[in-house]
Amino acid sequence: MTASAIAKPARGQANRLVRITAVMGIALVAYIVLLWVGLTIVNGFTFERAFPVALQQTINALSIGAIYALIALGYTMVYGIIELINFAHGDVFMIGAFLAVVLTGGIFGQTGAQTNVPFLILLLVASLAFVMPLTGLLNMSIERVFYRPFRHASRLAPLITAVGVSFILQNVALVVAGSGDRGAPQIFSTDWEIPLAGAQISILSIFIFGLAITLMAALQLFVSRTRLGRAMRATAQDQQAASLMGVDLNQTIALTFLLGGALAGAAGVVWGLRFGFVRQDLGFNAGLKAFTSAVLGGIGNINGAALGGFIIGFIENFASALGFSRWSEFLVFMILTLVLIFRPTGILGQQLGDRA
Amino acid sequence: MSRLVPAAVSTRYGDRWRVMQDRLRDVSDLHRSTTIVVSMAIAAVLMIILPKLPPLNIIQPDGPWYDSFANAGVFVLLAMGLNVVVGLAGLLDLGYAAFFAIGAYTYAYSNSPFSGQDLPFLPMLVIGAGIAAVFGIALGAPTLRLRGDYLAIMTLGFGEIVPIMFLNLQPWTEGTNGIGGIYRPEALPGLGEFTPVSSFNYMIVMLVIVTLAMILMYRLHGSRIGRAWMAIREDELAAAANGINTVVTKLLAFALGATTSGLAGVFNASKLSIVSPDQFLFTVSFTVLAMVILGGIGNIWGVAAGAFIVFLIQVVFLKQINTVVEAFHIPVLSDINFLNYQFLLYGIALVLMMLFRPEGLFPSRARKAEFLAESADLDAEETPEVQGSLGEVPGAEEVFGEASGEGVR
Amino acid sequence: MTDVLHAARVTKRFGGLVAVHDIEFTIPEGSIVSLIGPNGAGKTTFFNIIAGIYDPSAGEIIFRGKSMIAHARRAWLEPVMWVLPALAVGLVTFLLGQSGASSGLIALGILFTIISLMVVMVVGVARPAGYSELLMKLGIFRSARPNDMVVAGLGRTFQNIRLFQNMTALDNVLVGMHSRLKATWIDALLSTPRDRREEESARQRAEELMTLVGLHGRSKEVAKNLPYGDQRRLEIARALASNPTLLLLDEPTAGMNPIETADLTRLIGRLRSELGLTVLLIEHDMRVVMGISDRVTVLDHGERIAEGTPDEVRRDPKVIEAYLGTPPA
Repeated sequence: MTASAIAKPARGQANRLVRITAVMGIALVAYIVLLWVGLTIVNGFTFERAFPVALQQTINALSIGAIYALIALGYTMVYGIIELINFAHGDVFMIGAFLAVVLTGGIFGQTGAQTNVPFLILLLVASLAFVMPLTGLLNMSIERVFYRPFRHASRLAPLITAVGVSFILQNVALVVAGSGDRGAPQIFSTDWEIPLAGAQISILSIFIFGLAITLMAALQLFVSRTRLGRAMRATAQDQQAASLMGVDLNQTIALTFLLGGALAGAAGVVWGLRFGFVRQDLGFNAGLKAFTSAVLGGIGNINGAALGGFIIGFIENFASALGFSRWSEFLVFMILTLVLIFRPTGILGQQLGDRA
Repeated sequence: MSRLVPAAVSTRYGDRWRVMQDRLRDVSDLHRSTTIVVSMAIAAVLMIILPKLPPLNIIQPDGPWYDSFANAGVFVLLAMGLNVVVGLAGLLDLGYAAFFAIGAYTYAYSNSPFSGQDLPFLPMLVIGAGIAAVFGIALGAPTLRLRGDYLAIMTLGFGEIVPIMFLNLQPWTEGTNGIGGIYRPEALPGLGEFTPVSSFNYMIVMLVIVTLAMILMYRLHGSRIGRAWMAIREDELAAAANGINTVVTKLLAFALGATTSGLAGVFNASKLSIVSPDQFLFTVSFTVLAMVILGGIGNIWGVAAGAFIVFLIQVVFLKQINTVVEAFHIPVLSDINFLNYQFLLYGIALVLMMLFRPEGLFPSRARKAEFLAESADLDAEETPEVQGSLGEVPGAEEVFGEASGEGVR
Repeated sequence: MTDVLHAARVTKRFGGLVAVHDIEFTIPEGSIVSLIGPNGAGKTTFFNIIAGIYDPSAGEIIFRGKSMIAHARRAWLEPVMWVLPALAVGLVTFLLGQSGASSGLIALGILFTIISLMVVMVVGVARPAGYSELLMKLGIFRSARPNDMVVAGLGRTFQNIRLFQNMTALDNVLVGMHSRLKATWIDALLSTPRDRREEESARQRAEELMTLVGLHGRSKEVAKNLPYGDQRRLEIARALASNPTLLLLDEPTAGMNPIETADLTRLIGRLRSELGLTVLLIEHDMRVVMGISDRVTVLDHGERIAEGTPDEVRRDPKVIEAYLGTPPA
């Protein structure tokens, strides 16, 4: 292989990255404009006042989209590998959010914004390091105990069990923490903002977005470059062939659940920071939206889940910015319906076993 | 039965019992409707008399028992309806409470100071059920082509959306407060007035409805459509390859399930005298699903019995455990309010049943083997899912159809 | 003698893989035709296309004179068509509302919008007779689905026996009869005399079919408990239940011993002679192919490489090469 042939893939990768960033940039600008127009027309803002609001909302959308993307990844990976909707996944996210509160509020005794930056960083790292492995293990255990027995059974049985597990998790949280919102210490001050063009850009939102992108990039690298990642992809394409090639199915599937659960845990940590509350039906609602994201982007496709997550986040943000937040669930459901009827393979989905 | 059973284990009594069971089954198959009416009549008599006798009348007087029975009846009806969808046709409907809500609100519109209408009860039962059926068809027509997982999510979403809509459309639905003061049904001949205090009338009406429902469901089960449902459950592709229009057949099951749910909703609204969105949340859908699984998925009388038992345990006995435990001051347990745990218990019960006895407490003959069956064939060889009219459904595996189909031979 | 089936330039691509390419194929009425070829040749794919499971990428299948299977044309137009009536009624309602009509009328209008949407959706899903013709007038063509092909007169068995395992043998055959039974679910609910009569005669006919295939008296046995050979026979009985004109048998003698194979071969012959069926066979057992076929078509790598009488095909050098490979140079 000549040097140029080796260099080509690297350049190709760089090109792709540039293209993706460019597309993302354009999409962001388009969204800002759209929101700007929307706010002016629908909500009667003046042109000047609408712009900073649009900018701020866009940054908000990035953070909520990032959360949905993180959760959606778990759904899509699991579906890609065993063709099962892990109904309990949303609730794993919810448990992650609760665990983060337990750590920062309970163990570290925090109640509000932490101004000591190094300590804040310590807390953040500790939260992630504490929650992500736990939620990963939780998700993995759920698969081991509740889904594995049904691996060869009819489709209905594992589905019903998954719903049951989801329900159990929700009610455990209910029993332990009571109904109603529980406050989550927002240790990352929501007041830290960067002024930009008249708007106040929340640093927290940027952090969330950055964290999500980092995690997704790490996942992508793992899946495409490592041996275990390759095993995951192979199993997603053809379980039988993969096992014949020596892939340990149980291990691979367990790993998938572990990673998905960890990502959901990260989303849980971030949720508490951003929204300041946790509740036992978080998983139910966010789960539905995240699943819609996964389907929208193309179920089984990692990039699709990320894309879908952001799209749904933006749509939800658009609706709430214009004052229709009560209808956001309805909107998401309509999107799910339309996608499943008209393009069930999603945006990035392909029809032929071309999976994550 | 080719399994080798040690001679010592299979006793003569075991054989006699089985022969008697078979004979009973044959007789009941032959004269099914009569069997149902007779059984329900016996049940009715028991339900009227037993609450007047100890030990039942020690726990609570007969009035509250009738009330509990009537309420249990609502869930019996719901479970039977969901059984048609999940058990007979094999479709996981997670939004079953939505149709319950639709029926309830329909009756609320027809019989309340809010709407100013006062329409007769019995026709409203039919109308409420019909409107729920309409929505069932509306939801089912586009979504029943989808795979089971996606159908489940869609129904879940629908089950979420309907209460939200009732909540948000305040001017038409009174939002969170709901519509109250719903008029009771008119007095029926021979039974007298429907009062909130004595639920006797409600109980009798529910018994009649359940009996009718059972007769109709068993008829469907043994008919061409029942066979089609079973065929679809067993092997959807083979079913289509034998002339069954799978979407229409599934739609029928779905619509019938919605009808039953709507019917239960009308009854419930007339009994509780108030409807509000929080009566129709996912917990209701899940509870009914748990009842179907516990009772015996696919078994019509099994789910009825299961629902009845589960409901009574929830409403009567959990309360009693609380009282007993408090009375005896049992240390840890008396701090626990068992009623809070009921949903957790349902979830655990459902999952345990799925793991260890998926056919339920009262298994139906065919379902038992089928539920546990290996479905390895379904994806391996031949072909993808039956295609919808608008393109592929997710999970299509055509690329492997030819290769593995030919190669293995 | 008319042709029961004519395949014209049928091609099927799965992404980059071409499974069958430009297949021309004709089945005359009352004949027994065998489709043979090495593994991976595309036989089952072709079968599945005829049976309505796949849409071909190109070409068409004309069954009993009607073009039933071809690549969909203007499929996108169909959902648009569904929405149109509702849209129209909705528009009328909206205009009524704007022009100040009473709220009762508007409510009625909304009701009609919803009803029209649903009626159209249900019709679109149920596809009653005449619907396809209506679509054709708009230039919309949708390839026949498996159940449509059965209604049109096709019956099939599967390579790896897809019986309804937990149903009785009789019930399996009764399911096969599904599309020919006229009683609706309402008849079943009300247990009308018509329903009871039809069920009775259906059961009788099912019993007759089982006797025909050699399974007399085995109605109550559960399908999965039947021995292998009997399961294959049962599947044939099920396929016969819909009174097909063309019977597709996918490797019917696979896994059978010589005696069973001979029995089955005789049965297939009787199906043609007694029931007037036309049969298309995929087979690997050359004794069956040579023994019973009127014509043989050979596929290899998705293309038709030979066709003719059994003797002609047997001697065709291309066929020999496909099966045995070229002799070393």
